[in-house]
Amino acid sequence: MAHVINRDLDPSLSDIESWTAIGGAAALLLLGLTRRNAQGLALSAVAVPLMYRGLTGEWPGVLTRYLPSDDTREALSGDRGMHVLESVQVQKPLAEVYAYWRQLENLPRFMAHLERVVQYDDCALSRWVARGPGGLRVEWDAQIINEIENQVIGWESLPGSDVVTAGSVNFDSARNGRATNVTLHMRFEPPGGRAGEVVAAVFGRRPAQDVREDLRRLKQLLEAGEVPQVVQRSEVMA
Amino acid sequence: MKAVRYYGKEDVRVETVPDPEILNPHDAIVKVTATAICGSDLHIYDGYIPTMEQGDILGHEFMGEVVEVGRDTKRLKIGDRVVVPFTIACGQCFFCKEGLWSLCDNSNPNAWMLEKLYGYSGSALFGYSHMYGGYPGGQAQFVRVPFADVGPLKVPDSLSDEQVLFLSDIFPTGYMAAENCNIKPGDTVAVWGCGPVGQFAIKSAYLLGADRVIAIDRFPERLALAASEGKADVIDYTTTDVYDEIRSKTGGQGPDACIDAVGLEAHGTTLDAWYDRVKTSMYMATDRAHALRQAIGVCRKGGTVSIPGVYGGWLDKFPLGPAFGKGLTLKMGQTHMHRYLGPLLERVERGEIDPSFIITHRVRLDEAPAMYRTFRDKQDSCIKVVMRPQETT
Repeated sequence: MAHVINRDLDPSLSDIESWTAIGGAAALLLLGLTRRNAQGLALSAVAVPLMYRGLTGEWPGVLTRYLPSDDTREALSGDRGMHVLESVQVQKPLAEVYAYWRQLENLPRFMAHLERVVQYDDCALSRWVARGPGGLRVEWDAQIINEIENQVIGWESLPGSDVVTAGSVNFDSARNGRATNVTLHMRFEPPGGRAGEVVAAVFGRRPAQDVREDLRRLKQLLEAGEVPQVVQRSEVMA
Repeated sequence: MKAVRYYGKEDVRVETVPDPEILNPHDAIVKVTATAICGSDLHIYDGYIPTMEQGDILGHEFMGEVVEVGRDTKRLKIGDRVVVPFTIACGQCFFCKEGLWSLCDNSNPNAWMLEKLYGYSGSALFGYSHMYGGYPGGQAQFVRVPFADVGPLKVPDSLSDEQVLFLSDIFPTGYMAAENCNIKPGDTVAVWGCGPVGQFAIKSAYLLGADRVIAIDRFPERLALAASEGKADVIDYTTTDVYDEIRSKTGGQGPDACIDAVGLEAHGTTLDAWYDRVKTSMYMATDRAHALRQAIGVCRKGGTVSIPGVYGGWLDKFPLGPAFGKGLTLKMGQTHMHRYLGPLLERVERGEIDPSFIITHRVRLDEAPAMYRTFRDKQDSCIKVVMRPQETT
């Protein structure tokens, strides 16, 4: 099951949320304007940013113009940041799945946005290179901040990185040990400022779907040994 | 190579396109020696299947010779003569290992599309829209076959193409429909639709021990084939009240199992059938389910309704009350092809059935556009079209 946990500054909205926002805003506007008093005016005023969010998928800049924090934990703490939670069941034993993931160099094989990950000698620090649409390239350093073998890996970007991100992946044995449930929790810095734009560009506008596809590829690689693909149709030759 | 391509409702064309290439390590390329038009291809032809794109290569019933294999393909060798199942399965996921091959997790690169529609995605299919994977189909001179060690079945030279071609879809589909009926000796099974799947369901019901099969259709040639080849008791629904007739044929008890081999484009003469036609023609409904409603209505208490006919959307006026009130079992879904290929090949080898009885038209690939129309309109007593892509003159 996938869901983006929309904190107050989620950069993207699903269609349903958009229409809910637009509908809600329209209702508030109507309700407010027909009251013809101060309360009504206040209701209508609330509707404006909601309508803006419904139409554009973002809150108006005046509400989000704050300085993004350089500190990963602070930037992503509490309700802040954008959260993606997604899980997949892989029909392979826990140790095998864990070992594959722990070899961080494997991540670009199933994470579409990653170009490469290089682990430094001490294995807790790593260099991440991602490429977004239009070839926009972003690099950052991350460190593993929590690791329990065959159970969980947690990481976060180092202070001063282009991208402020943190994540954890949990591995749980399933089906009497024949399968492993992989649960990925990723957080990105909220939009606002250059870092937010970079995150949005590189990680896509639908992060929950993108993460779901990443985990699907992990499952396909580990189970079937390949990621299915079809060739683009070619034009008529004659 | 030449291939049959979709361009829109009632618009298929034979064109020259680049040959397919190996893309993945478990692929094979098959040179197609025989391919057929399936009744479910007509749902595409009639514009009922979403996510088709102009230029898509059609066809999911095909067989031929392996001419190239990927680097990790172990079981198949160049030169092998194979029949290819229309569902694509990885062989390694939970569903494949459970024998639920048509629900494979790992073969559909566009799984997210079906997840949006259905919650979860089934396996990919050859030549059957982008939500089912976008794999080019087998109505072509060559076709790329993914997971080639898992699906394709080697066939002996002692059997002709026409004897084994229908192992690719309609024989296993009709057989699973009958198997889903949980037939016990002495049972009566009623089959709606005497197209190719219905014909194989009739024969399979007898193979599995049915005492009697009743078949319902409106085309004389199809009813005649069901009677002569299938040994079925036939009913023409345009001249007979199906419910009364089946009741009288079963001592008022109703058939033990009913098979809907019609699917989403059912025709009928009763009020609900016209209701469906009006609603679907105004895009207010997706499927016309007259045959299914009737099957549920006629089936005996505690019986089974088996649905090999294809449905795509959200059914209107579905008689869940009658189904509940009679304690029916409903079984449905795409055929778990890989279960049946081997055992059914053995039945063909033993001479228990010769699937070629169904063929009415044998043509070159170039004639596909005309044959789609002929088959759809049931002209020229058309029941099954086989094309030979390597024959060019």
